[in-house]
Amino acid sequence: MAGGLPGKVVSFYFVPLDPVYYVKDGPELAGHVPVRSEIQGRNSLEEVAIAGVGQSHFSRKCGMTIKELSFVAFKEAMDGLAIGKEDIDSLIICSSLYDRQRSAENPITEYLGLNPKPTFLIENACAASSSGLRVAWALIKSGLYKIVAVVGVERMSGQTSAEAAEMMGRAYDVTWESSFGLTMPAGYAMYAQAHMARYGTTQRQLGLVRVKNSYYSTQNPKAVYQKVLTLEEILESPPVVSPLKRFDCCANADGASCMILARGDIARRIAKIPIWVAGLGAASDSGMNRRQSLTSLTCARTAAEEAYAMAGIGPGDIDVAEVHDCFTIAEIMAYEDLSFARPGEGPRLIEEKETYLGGRIPVNLDGGLLSKGHPIGATGGSQIRTVVKQLRGDGDGIQVKDAEIGLAHNIGGIGHYANVTILRR
Amino acid sequence: MGFEKFGMVSHTQESKAEDFVNFLEQGKVTGTKCKGCGTQYFPPQVDCPNCMTSDMEWFEVRGTGTLLTYCQVNYGPQGFEDKVPYVLAIGEFEEGIKIFGVLNRTIREQEIKIGMPLRVAPVKLQGERFSFEFQIPHDGG
Repeated sequence: MAGGLPGKVVSFYFVPLDPVYYVKDGPELAGHVPVRSEIQGRNSLEEVAIAGVGQSHFSRKCGMTIKELSFVAFKEAMDGLAIGKEDIDSLIICSSLYDRQRSAENPITEYLGLNPKPTFLIENACAASSSGLRVAWALIKSGLYKIVAVVGVERMSGQTSAEAAEMMGRAYDVTWESSFGLTMPAGYAMYAQAHMARYGTTQRQLGLVRVKNSYYSTQNPKAVYQKVLTLEEILESPPVVSPLKRFDCCANADGASCMILARGDIARRIAKIPIWVAGLGAASDSGMNRRQSLTSLTCARTAAEEAYAMAGIGPGDIDVAEVHDCFTIAEIMAYEDLSFARPGEGPRLIEEKETYLGGRIPVNLDGGLLSKGHPIGATGGSQIRTVVKQLRGDGDGIQVKDAEIGLAHNIGGIGHYANVTILRR
Repeated sequence: MGFEKFGMVSHTQESKAEDFVNFLEQGKVTGTKCKGCGTQYFPPQVDCPNCMTSDMEWFEVRGTGTLLTYCQVNYGPQGFEDKVPYVLAIGEFEEGIKIFGVLNRTIREQEIKIGMPLRVAPVKLQGERFSFEFQIPHDGG
């Protein structure tokens, strides 16, 4: 626009409406945002930490609205922090909105008492809340905000399984893929079939993943399923999309998660044990027929490499991991894509119980998506909550001894989006 | 208008690639090729992000391909309940063109094997709808 807006109007947008808001956490920051040259060399200002985490109970039917679900997670995340909700600069809502509600950031922000703070929605299929963490990290690193809340929420019980499957299937390209009846289990089943043909992976090995995750789920009071499944039960369950059987698949669920991220210096003041964001990696991939690989999620591999490089560590340094096991084959591929195992050798990790507590790399100690439940938008935040609790030494009966570095692997669609987040105590 | 005639269930009413459906009616499964850089697209795109032009030509997918992977859907999404079981697959054809689609219903699951030969053919569905499917080549590949 020639000449731009009149000067008066422009300056209006930059006058803080409530100056008090800018001096909340100490006089040294009053009234100004630090510029890059000031930030450099000040470690705690450069880093971003997770100060608080929370999640609701995951269930098949929660009997609540998405506002009420969000409140449960938000309350747990704020519990014990030396701040009030008025100290939160912005709220990011992460959801695929299987609920009737559109633009959910509006009613949730009000329900949490966060108006007039800015809010927006991130939709990234099942990877929404780890993308929310990535954006919150960037907003804090930029100097724009100091404390950001990320709420992931999904209420799927309002739909039948067939309705949810149809809606989820439209996360593929609706023109060329959904029109053939492609669903999420079908996409992963095609990966499973290719993995079996190439590496000799068996249904028994897939089933062992569910045996493990169903066991840890019984130790997690917030998980949907509280029953240990036997290998026989899993192998005898009916095929949903062959070669995947019913118990190779996770269940839709209702649930919410919340993460409170803060600039390093603030996190040190407000949280007992801040958990530091050490590495972030993210990538995307194409439609199903144009994939580089049908035995590995290329975007997960790329995201992992990026996150390891940023954290300056390798897969051998990870003490505990949460991976996106929406289907049993997905956990096997995650072992390989995160380089916990070489391509094709993922099944050996589960055979040798290396991903159990006490093994080389414990994975999904909260029951994973398979048994904890998978409320799409809430899942990434729930995985990160589990890793944060492990790094705090707060794992109750299921604690990795002296865990210092943890990883969360959150996938959207069938490897359409991947986020790998590395956290450090 | 025109594109709504494509697929078992249609979510797309209009597309600049609607000639794809016209070619199906004529018995051809087609992709597009950029006249500038030669990149081939399946499914067809009418724009080429490689050279940022929209100067494309159609080509027919021919010959015998190979089955890369598949799955049998026993529980379908809404709109597909009466179509189960159906087999979804990815096949690779000449010049590395890979296609996602459905296998002909008469092929039994026990006959399906990764690496088996395939051909892709247009099919006319009920209600003047058009799609394509993978079939076993008559000459056995």
